[in-house]
Amino acid sequence: MEALSSLIHGFAVLSDPMNILYMFIGIFLGVLIGVLPGLGGANGVAILLPLTFSMSPTSAIIMLSSIYWGALFGGAITSVLFNIPGEPWSVATTFDGYPLAQKGRAGAALTTAFTGSFLGAFVATLLLTFLAPLIAKFALQFGPAEFFAVYLLTFCSFVGMGKESPFKVISSMMLGFALAAVGLDTVTGQLRMTFGTVELLRGFDFLVAVIGLFGVGEILLTMEEGLAFKGKTAKINPKVVLETWAELPRYWVTAVRGAMVGCWMGITPGGATPASFMSYGLAKRFSRNGARFGTGEVEGVLAPETAAHAAGTSALLPMLTLGIPGSPTAAVLLGGLLIWGLQPGPLLFVEQRDFVWGLIASIYMGNIAGLIVVLTTVPLFAAILRIPFSIIAPVIIVICAVGAYTVHNALLDISIMLIFGVLGYVFKKLHYPLAPLVLALVLGDMAESSFRQAMLVSQGSLTIFWSNPLVGSIVTLALVMLSWPVISLFLQKLRSPRKPDAPVVAG
Amino acid sequence: MSNPIEPRERTVSVRLMELVVAGMFMAAALLVMTDNWRIGARWADDGPQAGYFPFYVGLIMLIASSVTFVANLMVKEGRPSNFVARSELTRVLQVLVPAAVFVIAIGYLGIYVSAALFIAAFMAWLGRYPAHRIAPVAILVPLALFFMFEVWFLVPLPKGPLESWLGY
Repeated sequence: MEALSSLIHGFAVLSDPMNILYMFIGIFLGVLIGVLPGLGGANGVAILLPLTFSMSPTSAIIMLSSIYWGALFGGAITSVLFNIPGEPWSVATTFDGYPLAQKGRAGAALTTAFTGSFLGAFVATLLLTFLAPLIAKFALQFGPAEFFAVYLLTFCSFVGMGKESPFKVISSMMLGFALAAVGLDTVTGQLRMTFGTVELLRGFDFLVAVIGLFGVGEILLTMEEGLAFKGKTAKINPKVVLETWAELPRYWVTAVRGAMVGCWMGITPGGATPASFMSYGLAKRFSRNGARFGTGEVEGVLAPETAAHAAGTSALLPMLTLGIPGSPTAAVLLGGLLIWGLQPGPLLFVEQRDFVWGLIASIYMGNIAGLIVVLTTVPLFAAILRIPFSIIAPVIIVICAVGAYTVHNALLDISIMLIFGVLGYVFKKLHYPLAPLVLALVLGDMAESSFRQAMLVSQGSLTIFWSNPLVGSIVTLALVMLSWPVISLFLQKLRSPRKPDAPVVAG
Repeated sequence: MSNPIEPRERTVSVRLMELVVAGMFMAAALLVMTDNWRIGARWADDGPQAGYFPFYVGLIMLIASSVTFVANLMVKEGRPSNFVARSELTRVLQVLVPAAVFVIAIGYLGIYVSAALFIAAFMAWLGRYPAHRIAPVAILVPLALFFMFEVWFLVPLPKGPLESWLGY
C-alpha cells in the first residue's frame, strides 16, 4: 500500500490552487487543439512546451499532460459531429459516431465517447499507480545492456505490430536515428554529419520535427481534401447525458476489453491509434450487435474511445519508469522532462517524488476535470469548427512557426519545420509511419549511448546481450518482434496451405 | 483509388513516387554512411568510434529502402494510380507557397508583421473575404501573440523594423 500513501502525497502537491488552474487551462487548450485540424496532442504540446520553461517542473507537467488529456477528449468531438477525425486515434470513432449524429443522437454519441475515454483513462491510471513503482524499482538494477535491450524491444515492436510495410517502418525509424546523430557526438566530442556548417552543430530537434510532421503535414493533407466543414448540431443536455449513462452499463464487457487492449497497446509502443481500431474490431466480432456496427451503435463509439484513452494514458508508464515513451506525445513530454533538468527513468521515483506523484494524481483529477469541461463546452467547440478553413489554416501555420522558433530561438528551425511538413505529407500518402521516426529522433542519443556503454563493458562482444536471463529474454523477444512479419506469414501459410496469398491491406 | 482517373487530373503514379522516395532514402543512407566512415566507424582501442552507430544505422536504412525500391520496381503497373490529383495538388500548393514566403519574410519583417500579411493574403486570396472581415483577424492574432510571448511569458520572437521603430 506504499503506492496509496504516495498517491495521497501526490494529491497534496496538487492541492496548490495554481496547479488546479494550470490543469483547467491545459484541458481547455487541449480540447481546442484536439478539435482544430493540424494541431494535435504531439505538436500542440511541443508548441506550448517553451511557455512552461519558467514554471516549476511539477506545474509544467501538470499543464502539459492536461493538454494531452484534453486533446484525447477533443478528437471525439470532430469525429462525431463532422465525420472528420480531429486526431488519428479518433478515426474509428467516426464509424459509428457520425451515423449516430445523423440519426439525431449526437448528444448520446458524444456522451458515450467522453465517458468511454474517462473509463479507459481511469483503468490505465490505476495501472500506472500500482504498476509504475514496481517497474521502477525493478528497473533500478538495469545496466546499459538492459536499457539497450528495452530500446531494441520498443523499436522492434514497431516493425512487428505496425500495419505498414516493415521495410518502410525500418526506413522511417533509421532516418530518425540518423537525424538524431547529427551534431556533436557527446562521447568523443567529434562532429558528425554537419558537413562543415555551423547551423547543423545543434542537430535536429525533435520538437521542430514533430511540429512540422504532424502540424504542417496535417494542414497540407486537410487542404488536399478541400474540406468544407458541414457539421451536425449537438444537443447535449443533462437529460441526454443521464439517459446515455443509464444505457452504458450494458456494454461493460466492451468497455473492459477496450481498456485492456488500450493499456497493452499503450505500454508497448503500439499507441492509441491501432488500439482504437483493434478494440473496435474486437467489439464488432464479439458483440451481439456486431452486425449493426457502422450504422450508429453506441457500443461502436464506446469501444475505440475507451481503448484510445487507455492507450494514451498508459503510454506514460514506460516513459516515467524507463524513460521510453509509448507514443509521440509521451515522447514530447519526455523531451520536456529533459529540458526541465529531470532525467526520466527509475531514479525519478526515488529522487523526484513530488513530481511523479503530483503528475499521477493530476491524471485522476485531469480526467474528471476533462469530462466536466467537454460535457459542458461542446457547443462552443462545435462553433469554433464552423470557422472556415481559409481563416484557421494560416493562423495554425503561424502558431506552428512560433512554436518551432521558440524551441531554440533559431530562424532556421522554421524552415526546417516547413521541410518536415512536406516530408510528413509525402510520408503519410505513401504509408511511411511517422511515430517510429519521431521516437527514434527522441531516443536516438540515449539508445546509442547505452549501446556504446554496453559495448565498452563487453569489449565489443555482442554476447553481453545474452549474458543474463533478463537481458537475454528481452533481446530475444525483440528479435521475435522484428521477425514477426515473416513469422506471421509463415503461420498463415501453415494454417491455410491452399489459399492464395491474402491481398496486402494498405495501411 | 479504383475509379478511373481523368486525364487532366493525372500527375505522377504512386509507383513513381514510391521509387523517388525510396531512392531519396537510399541517397540519404549513402550520405550518412560515407560521412560516418570518414570520421571512423570501426572499433578503436578505447571502444566504438564516433561514426560506429550511425554507420550501421545508415547501412540498415540502405538495405530497407533498397527492398522497397526493388519491390516497387518489380510491381507491374496494373491499375493506373495517381499520387495526387491535379486539383488536390493545386490546393496543397496554395498553402505551401504562401507559407514558404511567410517563413522567408520572417527573417526580414519579423514574425508579427509577416503573420499579419500572411493571414491577410491567405484570407483574401483563398477565402475571398472583404477587407473588413480580414482586418480584425489579421491584426488581432499577431497582436495576441505579441502580448502572450513578449509581455506575458517574456519569450522574445523575431522582430523587424516595425517593432524596433516602436521601441521593442
